[in-house]
Amino acid sequence: MGNEAIGLGAIAAGVGVVTGYPGTPSSEILPTVSKRSPGGIHVEWSVNEKVALEVAAGAAMAGARSMVTMKQVGLNVAADPLMSLAYLGVKGGMVVVVADDPGPISSQTEQDTRTFSLFAKLPVFDPATPEEAYEMIIDAFALSERHGTPVLFRPTTRVCHGNAPVRVREELAERPVPNFVKDPKWVIFPRLSYENHLRLEALLPRIGEEFSAYRFNTLIGSGRLGLVTQGISTGYLGEALAILAEGANQSPEHKLLRLGAPHPFPKRLALEFLTGLERVLVVEELDPFIERELQRLAGEYHLPVTVLGKGSGHVQVAGENSVAAVTRVVADFFGLEPPVSPTCADIVATVAADQALGTVPTASSATPMADSVAVVPPNPHLIEPPPRPPVLCSGCSHRSSFLAVKLAMRRRKAVFGGDIGCYTLGNAKPLDMVDTCLCMGAGITIAQGLHLVEPDKVHFAFIGDSTFFHTGIPGVINAVYNQTNIVLVVLDNSTTAMTGLQPHPGTGDTLKGDISPKIDIAGLLRAIGVKHVEACDPMRFEEAKAAVDRAVAAAATGVAAIIYESPCIHLIPSGPSYVIEEEACKCKLCITRLGCPAILLDDGKVVIDDDLCYGCDVCLQLCPFDAIKIVGAEAQAEVAG
Amino acid sequence: MSGAMNFIIAGVGGQGIVLAAKLVARAAMAAGLQVRTSETIGMAQRGGSVVSHVRVSKLPIASPLVPPGRADALLGFEPGEAVRCLSYLRPGGIIIANAHPVAPVSAALNQQSYRGEEMLARLGQCGARLVVVDGDALCAEVGSPQVLNVALIGAAAGAGALGFSVEQLEDAIRASVREKFIAMNIRALHAGANAGANAGASAGASAGASAGANVSGSTSVTTVNQLGLQVAP
Repeated sequence: MGNEAIGLGAIAAGVGVVTGYPGTPSSEILPTVSKRSPGGIHVEWSVNEKVALEVAAGAAMAGARSMVTMKQVGLNVAADPLMSLAYLGVKGGMVVVVADDPGPISSQTEQDTRTFSLFAKLPVFDPATPEEAYEMIIDAFALSERHGTPVLFRPTTRVCHGNAPVRVREELAERPVPNFVKDPKWVIFPRLSYENHLRLEALLPRIGEEFSAYRFNTLIGSGRLGLVTQGISTGYLGEALAILAEGANQSPEHKLLRLGAPHPFPKRLALEFLTGLERVLVVEELDPFIERELQRLAGEYHLPVTVLGKGSGHVQVAGENSVAAVTRVVADFFGLEPPVSPTCADIVATVAADQALGTVPTASSATPMADSVAVVPPNPHLIEPPPRPPVLCSGCSHRSSFLAVKLAMRRRKAVFGGDIGCYTLGNAKPLDMVDTCLCMGAGITIAQGLHLVEPDKVHFAFIGDSTFFHTGIPGVINAVYNQTNIVLVVLDNSTTAMTGLQPHPGTGDTLKGDISPKIDIAGLLRAIGVKHVEACDPMRFEEAKAAVDRAVAAAATGVAAIIYESPCIHLIPSGPSYVIEEEACKCKLCITRLGCPAILLDDGKVVIDDDLCYGCDVCLQLCPFDAIKIVGAEAQAEVAG
Repeated sequence: MSGAMNFIIAGVGGQGIVLAAKLVARAAMAAGLQVRTSETIGMAQRGGSVVSHVRVSKLPIASPLVPPGRADALLGFEPGEAVRCLSYLRPGGIIIANAHPVAPVSAALNQQSYRGEEMLARLGQCGARLVVVDGDALCAEVGSPQVLNVALIGAAAGAGALGFSVEQLEDAIRASVREKFIAMNIRALHAGANAGANAGASAGASAGASAGANVSGSTSVTTVNQLGLQVAP
């Protein structure tokens, strides 16, 4: 996997300290370093990305090589130290790995870390494959150390979660023993910042010159047309050209520029590319980063070349690229007809259309209909698969927590603030319990803003345990300090579930498996000054509901908090099997309220799918007709009796 | 691309699709082939649609994603998810489909029963060779619902859809699975392979009697373990 390649590359480069906060698609890098470390590498899940970056910066100031990993939105959290560190610099090589997520597949934004590199005045590497990521991160450490500047490393989801055989190096880099040397250069002051700003502005063109000769910045071909690409789009473009070559028309002669290190911009290489060209097409994810740089360069040197891409409307401005989309735009650019690849979906559509017209008999039209063209009989072949968005797992305690609050607050005015984690999925029907979601930790603070302007409503803020430690705590302090009386609901499932069950300060263990002091959320909230703090098990449904009533009453005079404590199902064994007695089943409340993936409708009958059921008993507690029973309970009772 | 095979493995988060893709990739690597795969990891794994792309070739592979219409085999761990991925499959390709549907929450909420048969019927009309496998029965035979992924990979190998032998996949299991689960997974692999091989042997006999007779590109439907699949005449 690309992320494993990055971890292994960092080990080969002699990394000494690795920190990070989990976030798709970056989460597998750190565990790889931890698992494959030859010894002597400190690896930690830090509390958040800002903390992680600062810890790594400290190590690099002493001369160790360090790496910090995060997803693209994590870089926003870490922006403060990063912007200043660019001015201060480092002694040991330091690589900030920021995984971008075109699509986005599991993120809030489609921000482009290459654009961030421009803003932060830092070099950036942009690998195209897992193999390249391995080699490139070793280069990144070397460049960082050579120039005393942290560097950004920006893989995208398809590189992070793509797999390919990677040849790893046998020898690991030898590293000097770290030694922090006291020096005024480590203390940022306005005067120093001015001087360092001058230094940075002089350094960037020098690195740009280096990048013009960098092994992953390549220029091939000739002609008056040019193609430019980067990252995973390099592969899409290569495949698109191969597909076009299968067609009748051969692609015209062209130059191909591929930039694996786009900032500082390799100006000399780009000029060599642009010279003699009439038209250029840039295919990249996500911002038109190279496109703008080329346009600027063409303007600066008065080159008679037209640069096409996102800005000109030729390439999609949002979402991830694909071979199919790139084939279309390149064919258009070359004036070729893209070859048509028929698919099985096309054939099904043709059959379905024929059946709708009555030209092909259907399963349900064994008795011919009089007017079969006008009245299309219900046809199983026309049924599309129903949508399947991600859902809270069966047995997930979040479902029970949300429903407890929802039922307790019926007929009362309330707004339910959500946050980032599995529990964001509480927005789906039938729970429909996430009214806001912005970024990590923001549920708590947005609730305060809402409450200030509508104090007659009850404002809830749901936050997971890992997110609470990440950026939730300052928001709670703010609420207590400013006396904005929200109801905080910490959904404590003892793990960072969404990103793959990473430990955090509340779990009592670390990435390395060491036992660590377990930070007590209830005690912390009391210390902050939250007067009403109540912990309870959300799987005991009535108790969970009663806790809501008490918290809402307490919120009349101060910030109130409920901590719903129940481990993620991925940490506990499954429970007994349940069955629904058909005669007793009357209301379908379990379906209309819970939305559990294990409760299904079969010919109008409510049934529990034993393979999908995890054996929590929340549906049983909810059923007003006692229709849900433990399998084998009667037999057990008889034996006991 | 000479010697190139493209696979799509589609199903529902939690069905073990990532491991299935890894096994195929490892078997290909052991056979000295180039491999690229791409996974769905993260949010979608919570019961959402999951698709893995696996590409193998004697020559270098440009990208990890299978372009539309270029998959040679579609492994559907869930019938509806296989239908959702038909745009990847080339006409004349092969589908290994698990018969057992997993109903999405949206179906029950909209007061609908979700039936695998309807989805399987669609798979039978797409111009591909369809092998339907009773994944539940295979899991029951092996004694664990956890082995569905390996059983279906076995079925694909048995039906000749992968281009790898069962022995090559056995080695991949030994390299990928924790020690105590190896024996069980190898049993699942063989159970699946037998089911897939039987399906392959009877495929010719049932071709022409199936929905595929009306479709360009011959479609054959094979049922395994007396599933009794009803397909449109």
